[in-house]
Amino acid sequence: MLADFGFGVLIVTFLVALYSVIAAILGERKQSAQMVESARRAQLLTFPLLSLTAGVLIYLLVNNQFDVSFVYEVTSRSMPTYLKITAWWGGQAGSLLFWAWLLSAFTSAVTLRKWERDREFLPWVIVVSSITLAFFLSMNIFFENPFARFYQIAGGVDAYTFKPAGGVLVTPQDGNGLNPLLRHPGMIIHPPMLYLGFVSFVIPFAFAIAALVTGRTDDRWTRLTRRWTLWAWLFLSLGLVLGGRWAYDVLGWGGYWGWDPVEIAAFMPWLAGTAFLHSVMIQEHKGLLKHWNMILIMLTYALVIFGTFLTRSGVLSSVHAFAQSAIGPMFFGFIGATFITSVALLIWRWPELQSETEMKSMLSREAFFLLNNLLFLSVLVVCFWGVIFPLVSELFTGQKVTVGPPFYERANGPLFGAMMALMGIAPLSAWGKSTITTLGRAIWKPTIPALFVPVLAYLAGYKQPVALVGFFLVAFVIFVTLYDTFRSARARQRAQKEDFFTALARLAGRNRRRYGGYIIHISMMLMAIGILGIEAFQTETQGTIAQGQALQLDGYTIQYNEVASWDDPGAGVNYTRAVVDVSKDGKYLGQLYPRIDFYFDSQQTMTIPGLRSTLQDDLYILLVDWQPVSAGGATFKVYHNPLVNWLWVGALIFITGMLFAAWPDKDPSLRPVRASKHAVEPSAAD
Amino acid sequence: MQRTKFILGGLLILAAVVYLIVSSTQASAEYFMTIDELKTEGPDVIGKSLRASGAVIGDTIQYDPQTLTLSFEVAHVPGDNADIEAQGGLAFVLHEAVIDPARARMKVIYVGPKPDLLRDEAQAIMTGHMGEDGNFYADELLLKCPTKYEEAVPEQIEG
Repeated sequence: MLADFGFGVLIVTFLVALYSVIAAILGERKQSAQMVESARRAQLLTFPLLSLTAGVLIYLLVNNQFDVSFVYEVTSRSMPTYLKITAWWGGQAGSLLFWAWLLSAFTSAVTLRKWERDREFLPWVIVVSSITLAFFLSMNIFFENPFARFYQIAGGVDAYTFKPAGGVLVTPQDGNGLNPLLRHPGMIIHPPMLYLGFVSFVIPFAFAIAALVTGRTDDRWTRLTRRWTLWAWLFLSLGLVLGGRWAYDVLGWGGYWGWDPVEIAAFMPWLAGTAFLHSVMIQEHKGLLKHWNMILIMLTYALVIFGTFLTRSGVLSSVHAFAQSAIGPMFFGFIGATFITSVALLIWRWPELQSETEMKSMLSREAFFLLNNLLFLSVLVVCFWGVIFPLVSELFTGQKVTVGPPFYERANGPLFGAMMALMGIAPLSAWGKSTITTLGRAIWKPTIPALFVPVLAYLAGYKQPVALVGFFLVAFVIFVTLYDTFRSARARQRAQKEDFFTALARLAGRNRRRYGGYIIHISMMLMAIGILGIEAFQTETQGTIAQGQALQLDGYTIQYNEVASWDDPGAGVNYTRAVVDVSKDGKYLGQLYPRIDFYFDSQQTMTIPGLRSTLQDDLYILLVDWQPVSAGGATFKVYHNPLVNWLWVGALIFITGMLFAAWPDKDPSLRPVRASKHAVEPSAAD
Repeated sequence: MQRTKFILGGLLILAAVVYLIVSSTQASAEYFMTIDELKTEGPDVIGKSLRASGAVIGDTIQYDPQTLTLSFEVAHVPGDNADIEAQGGLAFVLHEAVIDPARARMKVIYVGPKPDLLRDEAQAIMTGHMGEDGNFYADELLLKCPTKYEEAVPEQIEG
């Protein structure tokens, strides 16, 4: 009954979304403010409706309604309530609904804003967001209904949306349960973060389309959506980092990123979005690259939908599992249709998007931004090539050839290096024109201490050449950024007669985008330290040892102490936990407890590492196999991951920088700054 | 003059990216082959980076915890997903492959922790190379158990 009600509300929401599209178009056509207002209200109505649908689904999940096939697939009686709730996005039907719900929330937030000066955008923003919403809802209604139930008919048991003729409702005793790999705090936050990022990129896209349709092709749309873009980027970045952390904690291969197609699918919109985030600044400052920004946001949107499609059912699906679902062709159809429509609009408005000035110098800020864009897109092309290469090779040679992680590392490595160098140099250059002399003056002092860093690293035992280049770039960017901040604060200190820290605080407070960006650049460098550490210096050992014996790795001694195994019937899990004593160079450091969890309902084991984490290195111990006490042997695999913790430290600083740049304030971005397009920009908008 | 410079710069970047992609593709290409193909090609494939998939035969799984050496046999399954679908889905194809004694089989050797999902009728996707002894030496081992994730129908009420 309740499931039918949920499905009914879903259909009503779908119709309301369609209505808002039609009303918005008609209202715009007939110049009827009333009609547009009606579309806006319909759009706003989708959020409470979808919340109701979601509430029904959560109720079913929490109350073990296993006659509903989605509930059966993702929950079981033994799961705690919070996991039953988060199982909402643990399967594909639910995660599509989750996506739609988030999108509805975000578009509602947008349509609630005051529209006075931007009235003409409103109908088109509604059209774009509601079409996207209707598409996702239609996937739920026609292909992946989270409310379908099991019925027994002559041919066997299957899930049906409506009761088939002669069907008898079937209620299983217990559900399959969420895949144990997904029962981890990281997995609870990771998909919502990723989805938040995906969904918020729909908003700038909707405004871009609105700008194209209405012909209001100045940079109003980028200014209106700047914060959305920043938040979208924050969430997407966090989603990626959390995914990496989850892999590190749960998957038990001592790594955080494997260049899996699903990971790349989430990484590609991030690349396009990052390029967009940077290049809109050139448009706002110089009136350049307007076509380019449109292309980037269209690309980001297309990749967001593509990424949702690939990642929606979590890590365990590979690209190949999708062929079975009718949803694949629908997604590709939708991506194709929206992309072609947006490109057609862009071509139609092409002449109106001419640049207002020209790029004059190769060393200007705008030229560096352009280079940054090209680098991000190059990485995107590399990733895309890697994903589609098997298809291409099969098409042309008949032989399916695939490329693995070495391809991505090798092809992207130099590009990442160039990006790092650029992060150091670009912020120092001036808009319009810089010379080698002015740039050199800002750079040479911090470069000298940066040169010492790889030397020190070499002496400390980090001898891999690529990593040493990387360490130099990290130090270079951090020192240059700090030095530039220091110089600006000093200049302000002298000019305003303030003390140094007041000057620094006011300087940063009034140029939040610039200094937020600086913090983010530094955080990226810290993350780079972690990545270089684990990529270049990871070591591992493995062995089977008896109680009291020890393994050695990089100065660490890992002594096998004991092992115990017990059932937890309430949780439906058998735990096997080993106790090992860790010491380094003879100094006792403590105990670690690598574990094997066996989940009865899904008959799956999960290997949980024992982890000792410091800023210097991580010791990552896996219990691979063990014998009953009499035999007394256990097999361990041990990884030594130098510096990897900086990856997570960097991520935290990244969030700080992002909040600093994006936190709502009196919104200087909405001031009519560019009344005269060639007016000198106040530095506060930097 | 500036324009030419920018165009030249752009071409330079393009050339660099193309070079990176082409050379990296060549350096890390892995050839997808089925077990039938590996068996018929013989010595030609020795040394090439390969990726193959097969159905795990549960009885043949052997694991030596002392050396962490894992060995098992896999039976041939079609390489093309469309074929697998046409023959009744992955779970069915894997099952058929395991019970059919006439299928080509290949021994796989892998050193490392025993993967959690390794079991009878799982699909193993191996990356590695063929040894001169006709065994497949895997550097990487991925496993998929279709029954567990894709079966929407509750078992206890079937039949």
